[in-house]
Amino acid sequence: MNPEELLEIAERIVGWGRDGEQIEAVVGHSQETDVRVYEGEIESLSVAESQGVGVRVIANGRQGFAHAGTLDTDVLEETLAEARDNAVFGSPDEFFGLAEPDGVAPPELDLYHEALLEVSTEAKIDMALELERAVQAGDPRIVGVESADYGDAVGADAIATTTGIRSSGRDTSCYLTAYSLASENDETQTGFGFSVGREPGTLDVAEAAADAVERATRMLGATQPPSERVTVVLDPFVSAQFLGIIGGTLSGEAVLKGRSLFADRLGDQVAAAGVTLVDDPTNPEAFTASDSDGEGLATRRNQLIGAGQLERFLHNSYTGRRSGSASTGSAVRGYASTPGVGCQALSLVPGDRTPDELIAGIDNGVLVQGVSGLHSGVNPVSGDFSTGAEGLRIRNGELAEPVREITIASTLQRMLLDVAAVGSDLTWLPMSSAGVTLVVAEVTMSGA
Amino acid sequence: MIDESVVAGTLSEALKTGGEFAEVFVEDRRSSSALLDDGKVEELSSGRTRGAGIRVVVGDTTGFAHTSDLSEAGLAKAARAAASAARGGGGGHQVVALDRVDAPAPQEVQVLPETVAKATKVELLGRADEAARAAGSAITQVSARYADGRRRILVANSDGLLAGDDQVRTRFAVSCVAVGDTGMQTGFESVGRPIGFELFDEYEVDALARTAANRALTKLAAQPAPSGSMPVVIGPGGGGVLFHEACGHGLEADLVAKQASVFRDRVGEQVAHPEVTLIDDGTMAREWGAYAIDDEGRPAQRNVLIENGVLTDYMWDLLRARKQGRESSGNGRRQSYQHLPMVRMTNTYLANGSEDPADIIAATDRGVYVAHLGGGQVNTATGDFVFGMSEAYLIENGEIGPPIREGNLIGNGPEVLTGIEVLGNDFAMGSPGTCGKDGQGVPVGDGTPTLRVASMTIGGTAA
Repeated sequence: MNPEELLEIAERIVGWGRDGEQIEAVVGHSQETDVRVYEGEIESLSVAESQGVGVRVIANGRQGFAHAGTLDTDVLEETLAEARDNAVFGSPDEFFGLAEPDGVAPPELDLYHEALLEVSTEAKIDMALELERAVQAGDPRIVGVESADYGDAVGADAIATTTGIRSSGRDTSCYLTAYSLASENDETQTGFGFSVGREPGTLDVAEAAADAVERATRMLGATQPPSERVTVVLDPFVSAQFLGIIGGTLSGEAVLKGRSLFADRLGDQVAAAGVTLVDDPTNPEAFTASDSDGEGLATRRNQLIGAGQLERFLHNSYTGRRSGSASTGSAVRGYASTPGVGCQALSLVPGDRTPDELIAGIDNGVLVQGVSGLHSGVNPVSGDFSTGAEGLRIRNGELAEPVREITIASTLQRMLLDVAAVGSDLTWLPMSSAGVTLVVAEVTMSGA
Repeated sequence: MIDESVVAGTLSEALKTGGEFAEVFVEDRRSSSALLDDGKVEELSSGRTRGAGIRVVVGDTTGFAHTSDLSEAGLAKAARAAASAARGGGGGHQVVALDRVDAPAPQEVQVLPETVAKATKVELLGRADEAARAAGSAITQVSARYADGRRRILVANSDGLLAGDDQVRTRFAVSCVAVGDTGMQTGFESVGRPIGFELFDEYEVDALARTAANRALTKLAAQPAPSGSMPVVIGPGGGGVLFHEACGHGLEADLVAKQASVFRDRVGEQVAHPEVTLIDDGTMAREWGAYAIDDEGRPAQRNVLIENGVLTDYMWDLLRARKQGRESSGNGRRQSYQHLPMVRMTNTYLANGSEDPADIIAATDRGVYVAHLGGGQVNTATGDFVFGMSEAYLIENGEIGPPIREGNLIGNGPEVLTGIEVLGNDFAMGSPGTCGKDGQGVPVGDGTPTLRVASMTIGGTAA
């Protein structure tokens, strides 16, 4: 289904509104292909089409919501009726209200690549097979490829409201990903590699394979070091995950509900002077770039931390109104939920030194190349974090032996202030934040 | 839910191009939830999804397609799409005769949540909010969520199997923020069972809310967690998730077959202390991971994975079992009709030991007592795992001492199994969980008695 057809459905629902009611309809549709190969054969090939609708009703200052996984007319009517009924039981809140057009023009982004539709299933299978072969051939210590996948999606969505929002769009995306197993001297390690793009022609099999090989083999022979306080260098893949969590603490919703460690800190120096943090979904380099947010408002560039100073929180319409400001175009959601607030394409402004130059300046440290259990180990309310980690020791400015079974721990507050340098290697990743090499002083590393 | 002859016709359509095995999985799911946050009932939400997933197997290849169009034509279209993905040599006309066998439900549902007035559900939220705030003036924020779901499924396959299940689940969770001199802390507690609204005849939401509030309040006085390796005592019911992650996943036959498990080729070996018995049991009537049939139509069963320290078997789904010429163990599950099934756990637990838990703590000179573990993850190929400790205390001179701030605990699955020194006689199941293997979430349960592991690495900030 194209965006125009979806918008027509959304408008039809909105047209059923009664006096005194605000109605928002979000309609989505996607088509996906997923191929998984194993040992030279197709393990599974899935072709799928899915759609859904979410309806939000605000009446008498109360809000209700319902969603459904089909777009038949009777289902649309039932979903609206259910949302309307749900609204009766909510608490009244003077700040409830849908987004209203605010005059900001959406950015022009090239998110839909027709070329993806012209690629045959056979060609997609061949890419997955080629990836598997490339990983297998990449190093004699690679003993298996647990999975090699190709996947793509063509998505379209539309939002209409009784307050005058009309927004629709579509995009294409595709990816290759491989999970590898390396073995040496009775020890096994795993790795992964990926490549993402908007059409298969831009996917890089060699890069995905090389990453999968490197990640699996570099940890062979790793040992658990003793506990120590060290300088930690986060590689881009790791720093992006931390940024995502920090971004969550800057949501207006967390701030308003007393769940942000940065509430009441606007204008304060919350990070080292080298830290400038920006959420910019209008940046075409970001895989998560988008021209409109989850309430149909144009996305925009929001600088959250400038030279270490906390400048802004992110808002959707509700949190913007309630905090006496306005939406920053940061509503995030799927059709099955009401809009939350979140980062869409977060990045640090890069510094001017390369990762090699940064490492050369460190006497005793660890280059962290992988973290595990980050989400379970971070309390975004208190800021305490502790995460499983692995990587390479840094000694006298050079990378040394691999280490595993360590944890690194600090608080998010402390870590931001302890950022000693930001690298020049900004890397966009398939998540809502970009990575960059980050040097953090004085972190507790726990080991044996 | 759908006519039997339509299902049979869809299977025939799926086999037309030479498939060796075909399956139709139909799902109709309704859900409702109500959220209170910041003192207000923010929102009631209702959801409805229905559709069918069809798979066709030829050799080692599975073709899969799903549709939300449950008409005869819609199903036939999906069947052809799945078949074209797994094209075989033969083809032709194949008639499938279906034989309906229904397994008994683990527990009869007494009060279907959809028959309960929305106002009654909302009322629970207000009570929880009040009780949590009354627990202490340091409680500054409370969020409470009520959720119920009803999932009706029908599975039919070309072996002639036809089975259905009507799965009802009800859950309630409370999360609190406490603020003190040391900053903010959080506390969480939840309960969930595969039953209806009668859940609240057994559980007082007030008590649940107080538990969540007290967890947050306790942590206000917490000191930084230690760092380094030390003995760890895990409290009853609080650490089952560790054995789910660190051992259970490695015993899933799909990961074993791909050499992605440290437990590969180890059946029959002594892998743990002789008192360790690890069981996965989908028939535990009142536990979150229970069901009558799995998502491949196989009745749930009780599977002993490790008995007296010896690895006895892995867990199996239909396709992995077929390849080995054996029966599925009833562990084939999927998140929804939009997903392919794979080997999944149900309720996974370490069986009761014999020691008095008080003696276990008294015999621990210095270490950490983990009352409650949070989420975690494991690398099944290496066995390395990491978990958040959401409620933990220092053990000093054989006594439970001050609370410690949140931190991670890391270790290695096989090493923890051999490192278990003693098991208590106070077995308890833990909180309802969601297992997220390969991006698919399914409800699971876990449990343990009190137990002590000789050494694990605590990732705190204190020296």
